[in-house]
Amino acid sequence: MKYLDEFRDPEVALRLIEEIKELATRRWVLMEVCGGQTHSIIRNGIDQLLPDAVEMVHGPGCPVCVTPLETIDKALAIAARDDVIFCSFGDMLRVPGSDEDLFQVKGGGGDIRVVYSPLDAVAIAKDNPDKEVVFFGIGFETTAPANAMAVYQASQDGLENFSMLVSHVLVPPAMCAILDSPHNRVQAFLAAGHVCSVMGYEEYYAICQKYKTPIVVTGFEPLDLLQGIKAAVIQLEDGKAEVHNAYQRAVRPEGNLPAREMIADVFAVTDRTWRGIGMIPVSGWKLSDRYRELDASVRFSVEGIQSKESELCHAGEVLQGTLKPDECPAFGKECTPRTPLGALMVSSEGACAAYFHSGRFARAVAL
Amino acid sequence: MCLGIPGKVIEITGEDFVRTGKVDFDGIVKEVSLAYVPDVGIGDYVIVHVGFAITQLDEASAHETLALLRQLDVVREELDPEVALAAQRARATGNAT
Amino acid sequence: MTIDGWTCPIPLRNQPNVVMGHGGGGMLSAELIEHLFLPAFGGTRLADMADAALLDLPQGRVAFSTDSFVVRPLFFPGGNIGELAINGTVNDLAMRGAKPLYMSVGFILEEGLPLSDLGMIAESMAAAAKQADVEIVTGDTKVVDRGHGDGIYINTTGVGTVPAGIDIGPSRVTPGDVIIVSGTIGDHGIAIMSVREGLGFEADAVSDTAPLNAMVADLVEADLDVHALRDPTRGGLAATLNELAASSGTGIVIDQDAVPVRRVVAAACEILGLDPMYVANEGKLVAFVPEEHAEEALSVIRSETYGGEAAIIGKVVGEHPGMVVATTPLGTTRVVDMQVGEQLPRIC
Repeated sequence: MKYLDEFRDPEVALRLIEEIKELATRRWVLMEVCGGQTHSIIRNGIDQLLPDAVEMVHGPGCPVCVTPLETIDKALAIAARDDVIFCSFGDMLRVPGSDEDLFQVKGGGGDIRVVYSPLDAVAIAKDNPDKEVVFFGIGFETTAPANAMAVYQASQDGLENFSMLVSHVLVPPAMCAILDSPHNRVQAFLAAGHVCSVMGYEEYYAICQKYKTPIVVTGFEPLDLLQGIKAAVIQLEDGKAEVHNAYQRAVRPEGNLPAREMIADVFAVTDRTWRGIGMIPVSGWKLSDRYRELDASVRFSVEGIQSKESELCHAGEVLQGTLKPDECPAFGKECTPRTPLGALMVSSEGACAAYFHSGRFARAVAL
Repeated sequence: MCLGIPGKVIEITGEDFVRTGKVDFDGIVKEVSLAYVPDVGIGDYVIVHVGFAITQLDEASAHETLALLRQLDVVREELDPEVALAAQRARATGNAT
Repeated sequence: MTIDGWTCPIPLRNQPNVVMGHGGGGMLSAELIEHLFLPAFGGTRLADMADAALLDLPQGRVAFSTDSFVVRPLFFPGGNIGELAINGTVNDLAMRGAKPLYMSVGFILEEGLPLSDLGMIAESMAAAAKQADVEIVTGDTKVVDRGHGDGIYINTTGVGTVPAGIDIGPSRVTPGDVIIVSGTIGDHGIAIMSVREGLGFEADAVSDTAPLNAMVADLVEADLDVHALRDPTRGGLAATLNELAASSGTGIVIDQDAVPVRRVVAAACEILGLDPMYVANEGKLVAFVPEEHAEEALSVIRSETYGGEAAIIGKVVGEHPGMVVATTPLGTTRVVDMQVGEQLPRIC
C-alpha cells in the first residue's frame, strides 16, 4: 500500500537499528505513548532488535484499556435495555466490566452492533426511529473529530433517538501525570502521531520545557518508529530536550484546525478517571452544555452504578511503566487473554496481552 | 491508539460538513468524510481514521523523509567513525522543528 | 451455472415465499421436494423418496464428516451459502485423503425466505456437487417461524472412502515437515465483510469457495507421503496451524512474508485493523509434507485449478511445542496465537 510499504523497508530499518546502537552510550528509557505504536513494535519485533541501552516502556495510549470501569458498567447497563440499539467500535466488546462484557450482554439479548464509523450509528438511528440508538464515544484526540461530527449531525438533523456515552481521554495531561509520578522512569516520549495530526504539537513545548524531557512526534510504521527512537536518543545523548516532528508527512504544528473547531464546539474539558491509573485532572472531554441532551449517561440515568475492579489487577502500575506486565502476581495465572482481569490483557495493543504472547515464546524456547 | 491508513481521494461530493469522498486504499474503495480536509482535491492522499480523513498526507515530505532514510553514504562513513556519527546526527536533525 | 436465469420449474401454488407448511410434511412439503429439490439435485437414490438411502461403498475405510452452515449475507461476492455447504463437507472429507461420494442435505428454512432464493441456492448446491463428483442422496427440510433464523441454515453430512495405505491426519505431523498453503489467504472472510452492514466497501474481493478433492486426489496419487491436510476455514490459517501444533505436540515456524495474500485482502485488513492470518478461507488447504517431497507436492498443487498461487510458508520444528511463531521481514519473531473470539474491526 502506498505510503505504508515504503516505511516498512527492512533494509533501512536494520540500518537505523545499527545507528541507534552506535548512538546510545548509556541506558535510556523511552515511552511510546500510543498503543498503536506498541502494537507495531511488538508485531514487527522491534523490541527484539533494539540494543539493551534503549528500553521501551509501553504507555497508556490504548483507549480501550483506559476507559474507566464505571463507564463500561454504564455502557453494559444501557446496552442491556430492550429499547436500545447500542453501537460500538469492535475494540470495546470484550473489555471486562465489573461482572460481564458487551459480548455477554449481546448473548443475553442486547442489541449490540459493531460500527466502523460513528456516522454509521447516526444512520442506524435514522433507520430505527422507534429505538434509542446509543454510540459508545471513546477514544483519544484522533477519534474525537469523528465522534464530534456524529453529535453535530444528529443535532442538526433533530434526531431525538440518538445519544452518545462519551469517555474521551487526552494525551498531554497523561504524559504530565506520568512525569509527575515519583516512580517515573521515562526520559523521553514518542508522542502519538495521529493524535498530533488532529491536535498539532504546539502544547508539547511547555511540557518539554517544564520537565526537560524530549518529545518526538512519531508515526507507526517500523521506519517511523525507529526514526523517532533515534531522534529521541540523539537528544538524550546531547542533553537536549526539544519537541521534534518525526512524522512530518501527517502532522502540522497546528494540527487540523477545522477538526479542532468542531471538537471545541461539541466537547468540553473535564477531569477523567483512567482505568488503572486514577483521576487525572482536565484529562478528558465530555459533551459541552450545548449538546447535553445527547449525553447518554444523563438520558438513561445510570449515575448510581457501583463498579468493582479486580483486586488482583495491577494494570495501573503497568500503564505508568513502573511494573512490567510479567511482574504482576496474577500475570499468566488468574489473568490470561482468555480470562482477562483487566483491559490490558484484552486489547491487541494492551501491554499485558503483548507480553503474554511473547513471554510464552521466550519460555518455550528456554525449555 | 489510532489506526490511520493513507488512501487516495478519487471522488468528492457535497460541501462543508457533508463533504464526502471515495478514497482508494490500494484497491479497496470506501466512502469517507472529507469535512475536515476542505483543501483536499482529487488525487490527493489523506489519512483516514474511523471513516474520517483527519489530515492530508504531505507527499513531498514523505518522499523527502524516505530519501533521507535511504541515503547511504556508506563508504565515507566506514572510513571515518566521526563522519558516520556526524552524518547520522545531520540526518536525524535535518527535519527537526 | 445458471443462477441468473433461474426460475422455479413450477410456481409453488403461486407462493413467492417459504411458509410454515413447507416443513409440515403435507402437500406443501411434497411439492417443495418434487418441484424444487428433485429437479435441482437429481439422482435416483434421492428420487426414491425412501426413509433412508442405500449406498454402495467401495472397499476401504469410510470417511464421515458433518458441518452446518450459517452465513450472512446468504449471497456474497463469489458464491452463496449453498456452494459453501457442499464444498465445506467435500473438503473436510478430502482432508483425510478420502474420495467424497455421497452427501445428505438438511435445511432449516425461515418462514418468509423467497422461494427464488431457495431455488438459486439449491441450484448452486447441485452445481457444486456435480463439480466435486458427489451425489446428494438424502435430505430434510424444516421451517421455523419468521424471526427465528437467518433465512436459511444448511447442514451437510458426507461419506467417502480412503484408498488403502493412505494415512493422512494431524497426528502424523513431525518436526522437519514442510508446510504448504494452496493459495492466497483471507479471501472468503474479506468478501463477506465487504458486504456486511456497517462495514461495506467496494472491493474486487471474492470468496474462494471451491472443492479441493481433485487436488487431494492428485496428491495422494503422486505418492508423496503427505502427513496432514487441513482446510483453514473459521479462525483462518492461524487457528489451523495452532490446532495442528497443539495436537501433534510440535512447534511451527512460518515466514510471514511467504504467506500469499491478495493485495485487496491486505488493504482491507489494513483499514479494518485485521490480520489476514485470522481471516476465513473456504477453498484452501494447508499440507504438511516431508521435506524430501515438498517441492514435488508444491508443483502438484500449483498445477491444480485452485492451487496456482500455492507456496511453501514454513516448517515444523521440535522446539516450542504447541506454539506457532512467525518470522517477520526484520528477521524478528512473533507468536501467532489463536484468536480468543471473532476478529473484530478495531480503531486502534
